[in-house]
Amino acid sequence: MAKYLLLKHYRGAPAAVNDVPMDQWTPEEISAHVQYMQDFADRLEGTGEFVDSQALSPEGTFVRYDGEGRPPVTDGPFAETKDVIAGWMVIDVDSYQRALELAGELSAAPGAGGKPIHEWLELRPFLGAPPTITE
Amino acid sequence: MTSQVDEVLLRSLTPNVLGILVRRGASFAAAEDAVQDALAEAVRVWPAGPPRDPKGWLVTVAWRKFLDGTRADAARRRREDLAGEEPAPGPAPSADDKLQLYFLCAHPSLTPASAVALTLRAVGGLTTRQIAQAYLVPEATMAQRISRAKRTVSGERLGQPGDVGTVLRVLYLVFNEGYSGDVDLAAEAIRLTRQLAAAIDHPEVSGLLALMLLHHARRAARTGPGGRLVPLAEQDRRRWDTRLIAEGVGILQAALARERLGEFQAQAAIAALHADAPRTGETDWVQIVEWYDELTRLTGSPVVQLNRAVAVGEADGARAGLAALAGLDPALPRHAAVAAYLHERDGDLATAARLYAQAARQAPNLPERDHLTRQAARLNAHLNR
Repeated sequence: MAKYLLLKHYRGAPAAVNDVPMDQWTPEEISAHVQYMQDFADRLEGTGEFVDSQALSPEGTFVRYDGEGRPPVTDGPFAETKDVIAGWMVIDVDSYQRALELAGELSAAPGAGGKPIHEWLELRPFLGAPPTITE
Repeated sequence: MTSQVDEVLLRSLTPNVLGILVRRGASFAAAEDAVQDALAEAVRVWPAGPPRDPKGWLVTVAWRKFLDGTRADAARRRREDLAGEEPAPGPAPSADDKLQLYFLCAHPSLTPASAVALTLRAVGGLTTRQIAQAYLVPEATMAQRISRAKRTVSGERLGQPGDVGTVLRVLYLVFNEGYSGDVDLAAEAIRLTRQLAAAIDHPEVSGLLALMLLHHARRAARTGPGGRLVPLAEQDRRRWDTRLIAEGVGILQAALARERLGEFQAQAAIAALHADAPRTGETDWVQIVEWYDELTRLTGSPVVQLNRAVAVGEADGARAGLAALAGLDPALPRHAAVAAYLHERDGDLATAARLYAQAARQAPNLPERDHLTRQAARLNAHLNR
């Protein structure tokens, strides 16, 4: 099994095919989308491939150390140009092929007009623990 | 097949047993560990042979666990003193013991998160694993939080008078966490508050219990399919639990009659006025505004004033609500959502749609964000027609 991170972006990913902001959908379309996401996660729990899923607020700040005895420096809220993560799902699957397949399904979540969003999701393999047998 | 252990009964005995061990001379931290061990053993052996006297059984086993722990300890001399003497049959556990445990677990030296965890374990009898699951943190993290909390209060003696207000704030936090994982924290908070109300006669304890019951009564109606949030005005009121409402109102009335008003009684009064309306349109908003005025006087909280603006909007019209909102800091949580609501009532749909979208971006949780996005979408669909 190998773990993968499916990253969804508020900003920074290439534009989706069906790229309409959610507040311009109909309320029914929003409900259908939320249901699709829920069903997807439930199904992965059923197949034993679901690990975790979290959503992030779009508002955040960059922070860094600014030297001994000084308060940390902050930069933000994020400028319009910055890449902003919207949330993630962690899956634990048998193959890269399976990870691609699931990412494709998630990207097909319905959006405006009930049509798939074709959203770009970022698929990132985890760096796992070293195996016991190496030779 | 063996019978299941009555977990609620088991956990309700926790503070009594703990109190007895502490009276017999065990330190709070050691006694608490021993009681947890005894609870675990009860879960293991009771199904095969339930004891006739569950509390006596727990006290005996917990005391033995405590002595075992002391034996294993480096402090040998103290151990021998304790192990040497068979404990006298301790005085009957009084309601007072239980009360002291509440105070200790909500001690002001603890952070709110630590006080919550310690209360759920030492008073509530939940396992570390259950508490960790409920708060979505790893079990090892929760174990550390609890043992640090125990260390923090280890110098405090049971028997010192505490501030009931700190206990109520802890129970309120537990209730508000709602439901996640296997443990129903709202139900657990109600159980602990009932137990507290039985141990101490205080109108604010009654006020908090009434507030919890009145909110819990609406729980089934509060979420729709797929965890979707249903606002108060749209709830199917037939799904409200009338038995809980009646109980909550009764407790509240008895508390209010004592004329020692506090913030929980005032909040419960507002919840009771909502519960009292068979339809949204029949809500007594004028009285609700009066209660918000009381609550503002009691707490000075800007969040209360924000909620008050909504009530003013219902009682005196959207313009009055917007005027009440005008003086408040826009950075307050849910300010944009309240402004959106009032602007829609005032007929300014474009502003309302923009504010709903903004409120969605600032929402603190997913159901709320989805709800606010849906509100924005509803207005935009109307505007684009």
